[in-house]
Amino acid sequence: MRTFGNLVVRGLLVGLFAGLLAGAFAYVTGEPHIDAAIAIEEAGGAAHTHGDSHDTSTEAAPADEEEPLVSRSGQRAGLFLATALYGVALGGIFAVGFTLLRRRLRTTNDSYAALGLAAAGFVGIVLVPFLKYPPNPPAVGDPETITKRTVSYLLTLVIGLLAIWAGVAASRWAARFGEAPWIRLGVGGAALLATVVAAYLVLPAINEVPGSFPATLLWQFRFASLGTQAVLWTLIGFGYAALVDRRVPSKSESEVVAA
Amino acid sequence: MPAPARSVAVPAVSPRLLATALLTVGLLLTLAYLVAFDQGAVSRSGMFLHELMHDGRHLLGVPCH
Repeated sequence: MRTFGNLVVRGLLVGLFAGLLAGAFAYVTGEPHIDAAIAIEEAGGAAHTHGDSHDTSTEAAPADEEEPLVSRSGQRAGLFLATALYGVALGGIFAVGFTLLRRRLRTTNDSYAALGLAAAGFVGIVLVPFLKYPPNPPAVGDPETITKRTVSYLLTLVIGLLAIWAGVAASRWAARFGEAPWIRLGVGGAALLATVVAAYLVLPAINEVPGSFPATLLWQFRFASLGTQAVLWTLIGFGYAALVDRRVPSKSESEVVAA
Repeated sequence: MPAPARSVAVPAVSPRLLATALLTVGLLLTLAYLVAFDQGAVSRSGMFLHELMHDGRHLLGVPCH
């Protein structure tokens, strides 16, 4: 038996580690695309008033623009701070979820439970929002709609978790009709998909990418973003699975301890 | 000697545990909020946190201006 604090601290540590590595992945795969997007924005002129903070150099900036609050190199370092803190938060929440849900998961293996929970979290919290509202690089969004976009994004996140719950509930309900795995997987998957598709149809469409913005750059950035979150969740899942695993001492080891 | 059964590693969910869990999640959500959603308009930190973690915010898939 582990205490609540013990379980959560493990989650925080795993989250920190996962966040730092996700930051490294994001730095390598994402930063070049962010720089490219900012270069496009700057070439576009002063039409975007929120672009002042994105300047890479003061000499290129028009005289009327303010000094950026955080320089580009500061933002690159801030990337690691952001992913690390986000990882800590996610890892801790994941650990709390594991503690509360562990007894409801029908596996005797704690590691499998952690991996299953991480997979569910990735699908619900990352994949479902991503497919409806794929993230955009800087210089693309309309600042006026930030509140609407944030609310819609959070809604997709909640709906993603609801869809996971619906899928699990439906697959357990379907288990009464037969032992075959395809029954449970099919019904569970159908319930999950139906929830997501219904939500996608109801939620507002947000298409703010200017027609002039290069599609290749846009999707390179989006895949870098998806990859960053995949790294984060994979490491949280496997890291927590490793840390929570109750290592049963082998016979020879207990003899060594006894000797 | 039979191998010990793989028992679940978590304590039973009691009202006290649930309260602690909710408090913990609340604190961690505040941290996530500062990273991902602090626009400077709601909070008192101004735009500094927003700008500092700007790249991470975009790459973590959170909406941004």
